[in-house]
Amino acid sequence: MVHPIEDEVADPSRRVFGRRKAPVPVSVAVDLPAEVVENSTELTLDVGPNDPVLAFLQGATGPVDVATLPHASPAAQSMRESGVELVVPLVASGELVGLLALGPRLSERGYSRDDRQLLDTLARYAAPALRLGQMVRQQEVEARDRERYEQELKIAQLIQQQFLPSSLPELAGWHLSAFYRPARTVGGDFYDVMELEDGRVMVVTGDVTDKGVPAALVMASTHALLREAGPRLVSPSAVLARVNELLCDDIPAHMFVTCLVMVVDLTTGQVDFANAGHNLPFLSGPDGVRELRATGMPLGLMPDSPYDEMRDIIQPGEVLLLYSDGITEQHDDSGEMFGFGRTEKLVSGATNGADLVDACVTELERFSGSQEQEDDVTLVTLERRGHAIEVILATFSVPSVAGNERQVLAQVAEAVADCGLTQDALDRLKTASAETAMNAIEHGNLEQAEAPVDVVVSRSKEQVNVEITDRGGGRHEPADIPDLDLKLAGLQTPRGWGLFLIQNMVDALEERTEGELHTVRLSVLLAPPADPRSADGGPA
Amino acid sequence: MNPDSSTTYAVDFSSEPPTAVLRLTGQIDRDAASALSAAYDTASSTDPQVVVLDFTEVDYINSTGIALVVGLLARARAEKRAVHAAGLTDHYRHVFEITRLSDFIKVFTDVDAALAASTN
Repeated sequence: MVHPIEDEVADPSRRVFGRRKAPVPVSVAVDLPAEVVENSTELTLDVGPNDPVLAFLQGATGPVDVATLPHASPAAQSMRESGVELVVPLVASGELVGLLALGPRLSERGYSRDDRQLLDTLARYAAPALRLGQMVRQQEVEARDRERYEQELKIAQLIQQQFLPSSLPELAGWHLSAFYRPARTVGGDFYDVMELEDGRVMVVTGDVTDKGVPAALVMASTHALLREAGPRLVSPSAVLARVNELLCDDIPAHMFVTCLVMVVDLTTGQVDFANAGHNLPFLSGPDGVRELRATGMPLGLMPDSPYDEMRDIIQPGEVLLLYSDGITEQHDDSGEMFGFGRTEKLVSGATNGADLVDACVTELERFSGSQEQEDDVTLVTLERRGHAIEVILATFSVPSVAGNERQVLAQVAEAVADCGLTQDALDRLKTASAETAMNAIEHGNLEQAEAPVDVVVSRSKEQVNVEITDRGGGRHEPADIPDLDLKLAGLQTPRGWGLFLIQNMVDALEERTEGELHTVRLSVLLAPPADPRSADGGPA
Repeated sequence: MNPDSSTTYAVDFSSEPPTAVLRLTGQIDRDAASALSAAYDTASSTDPQVVVLDFTEVDYINSTGIALVVGLLARARAEKRAVHAAGLTDHYRHVFEITRLSDFIKVFTDVDAALAASTN
């Protein structure tokens, strides 16, 4: 009789195992009367995937004499040597799932027709039951594997999160933002921020090749080595060289670590950096985006690797992005990679670090569509606050003579001609400049020709500015808010539109007074602010 | 007054309803005060129901010019005349909107549109 499934699994002593292409191993279970058990021998049978006996038995109807099995079959040979006389194929849904192997009858007579019929009937019942048992066991094995895998991922995540900063330091005049999201399989991304004794700040980002627990463990050791070497050696290239030496001794084969180390002087904006094969940081400035380039081999690959140390200056208003390849190498539904171009474009539109992180995350999610996140995503931004760098386009003065505001208008228009302002923004800037100049001439300088009105036209990455300075020390025209109804009813002078117009023309208006010098600063944006209504999915 | 003032005007008339079209040229700023005033005087001598200000040839309007238009509008309203505007650029149309002049002055793309609207 065929054993119930549990016994079949628990007691391997009477099983004949086979190996074949099918996902389920061929197995045989035979139970014999007690006196037979005493005489039985354990039989372990390997059936190769190309053994001709497989095809033969699959096509057989009923019990088969071992003597008639193909001679070329190693398994048949093995059965003959073990004293097997008769095999009964167990076929379920056309598939060979097992064999019953029988030795000589105890009566020393051959197997009768009745015996064979009984065995055949038995096989018909046994085969589906065996197949079912095999499938259940297969599922149990898979479930255990899955559970072990999930457990390992949890451990990897725990290790990784242990070493990421729980908070970022507040840096006067600067702003740090960071984002980290592990992939389901957990890569080996890390980042760190260390405040050095001399007041400078060391920022580190890195990525361990490989995933899961092994990557997390290497990440943890690299993190510890950087924490030790960073504040002691300070120089980014020296730090990388030292960590490389230590990692080369111990890192598992085929694993390495890309890593970028930078030291930032918060007062001057000077940044010294070295790079061990990590993504080049992007820095947004008034002339577009530039990369912080330095070359060096990834850590843990080659002892004595040299590391360049380079220097740049982060100017006020500039934003630096450090990122892992989890963003650049993410694919969309059509198989295209996010790439450096899209990343750089996001940086070029950045005005501050926190928004840049948000924009990257949003854009990456939109891009990924239904694709799972493939690798850890790490983003760190470092933003130096303050006015963006401005390029002076023109400086000039006009005498305080009524009508000269038209000269100011013409010269401002000429100075900004190549800035790419929209017609609307240009018209608004012209009207605001003329009105401000008129105020400066009439109210500030009281139309004294010898008192000049000074004009400075400048631009930054985002905007064009016109600063108009008079000598009035901040004198103002009477500033009633103009009300057309009152004016038409004769209750307010028809005049008094100047300041109102200026305020409504520009995107930003600032005013300052230093002694007699009174300056009004007008700004219009180069690109109009995005209309949230036109964005996808926004409210209509 | 600035002797270089480059504001000029011409006035055309049409009937049904009696309409005067003030064709303005140059700049509407404080130097335009006398020209605008004279143009309106000429127009009102025929007692029109509608006064059309044609800005097609105007390249600059400043806050003082806005004040002059407000003054003209006040006068026209006192005399029960409708005021229309034609030929404003997008920018000055925007200025008319933020100052609320367009609440009282109907703005048309050109004189023909303004005249057609008065006829209907």
